[in-house]
Amino acid sequence: MTREELIQSLKKIVEPYVQDQEAFQNLSEETDFINDLKINSANLVDVILDVEDEFDIEIDNDAMEKMLSVKAALDIIESKLSS
Amino acid sequence: MEPRVVITGMGVVAPNATDLTSFLKAIRNGESGIEFHQNLKDLNFSCCIGGIPDISEEHKRRYFSDLELRGFDSSGILYGVIAGMDAWNDAGLSSANDEVDYDTGMVFGTGTSGVDKFRDAVYKLDEGKVKRLGSTAVIQTMASGVTAYLGGKLGLGNQVTTNSSACTTGTEALLMGFDRIKSGKATRMLVGSCSDHGPYIWGGFDAMRVMTYKHNDSPEAASRPMSETASGFVPGSGAGALVLETLESALNRGATIYAEVLGGNVNSGGQRKGGTMTAPNSEAVQRCISDALKEAGVTPKQIDAINGHLTATTKDPVEIENWTKALQRKGDDFPYINSLKSHVGHCLAAAGSIECVATVLQLKHQFLFPNRNCEDVHPEISKQINPNQIVTESKSLSLSHIAKASFGFGDVNGCIIFKSYNS
Repeated sequence: MTREELIQSLKKIVEPYVQDQEAFQNLSEETDFINDLKINSANLVDVILDVEDEFDIEIDNDAMEKMLSVKAALDIIESKLSS
Repeated sequence: MEPRVVITGMGVVAPNATDLTSFLKAIRNGESGIEFHQNLKDLNFSCCIGGIPDISEEHKRRYFSDLELRGFDSSGILYGVIAGMDAWNDAGLSSANDEVDYDTGMVFGTGTSGVDKFRDAVYKLDEGKVKRLGSTAVIQTMASGVTAYLGGKLGLGNQVTTNSSACTTGTEALLMGFDRIKSGKATRMLVGSCSDHGPYIWGGFDAMRVMTYKHNDSPEAASRPMSETASGFVPGSGAGALVLETLESALNRGATIYAEVLGGNVNSGGQRKGGTMTAPNSEAVQRCISDALKEAGVTPKQIDAINGHLTATTKDPVEIENWTKALQRKGDDFPYINSLKSHVGHCLAAAGSIECVATVLQLKHQFLFPNRNCEDVHPEISKQINPNQIVTESKSLSLSHIAKASFGFGDVNGCIIFKSYNS
């Protein structure tokens, strides 16, 4: 899966949790889940569960703590998929 | 001087109607909300009937965002939020701003919360999948879940809490809100209660054999308060909500006033003198009613009607006896009496608040709703009161004071005196 395809999948996953639609329209690798998309911090665990389901991977606690931006999420997903 | 407290808004989600206007029509017409439920039969319940409010997906979406509905499985919170927001809007109050209303609080009770959600969580936990609970398990299963949802939607900044006292819950919630306003700590309180539906909330009662198993083929005839053939209660669910506020506040904002809360009382029989975990101490019940009258400053003679607890078990004649003793009125002199449980069953933690809404509607619209299924009055009741005082057909009349009582497991009691309001 290319980086761009991963972004598209991730966009679909985070969409229901997004509280700032404008930031969502302009989503890039630099986008932060909480500060930009205004996702409720409690919902981050739900985003991660949805990522696990979508890519059939398991995200451990250490990886989860880092998954605060699109870039971090993509890096973690890529590394899990390749391992 | 202590402020007077009036009711300026109401909302209800009941087995026979899911908004206030249809509820008024339903209770006037004596419409039953009790139906047969195949899932109860499949699970080997003795009582396979119950009262479940009919809420469509579209209805839900008017109160909850798509995000809130992801993984949402708490029927009590669903009913509570709908009833609470309806009461708020009915009172002409708005919630569409970023301000916190520090003068308004909430007491909204429940028995347990999100029992279906909890069941799902337990299965996941036992499979070792604790992470799969996500963020939604806690907020839907904590007892105060309903107040947490409502408080956020309405921006309430005074005390926001959940009470729990079994089948007295809703009646107690109203009195707790009333006390908070009386003490000057709040101007306005949203009060009410809710209860989940379904096998996981009703199962324990089925096991106790306190629900009727004789009417699985005649659901609408099953809930028979004060009838000789009453054979146990029918389980229900839903929510009722009322906005209480000072008379001054209500008048200042030109709100519709449904009725006045004169006062009331909650107590416990201490599980002594005949009282047990599941049966009331009659002395305490009578005392609760007498003290409610005292606090309200009314005499027993002033009570025009009673909205009873009257669950349709064999204990109904004992409740009547307690009323006759507390009011020192019997025979022809006994007030009119009815029980909403004949329409909607016993809505457990939601019963008190739904029945308070029905009681207040009676005062506002000057009528008494019919008690269904009481064509054969229990002889132990007709010995004590003239059976004509049991309202069996919708009746228009002039009403000033109605007493509403609820009694619950743990030997707890609550009684409220409502008065019609005339400007």
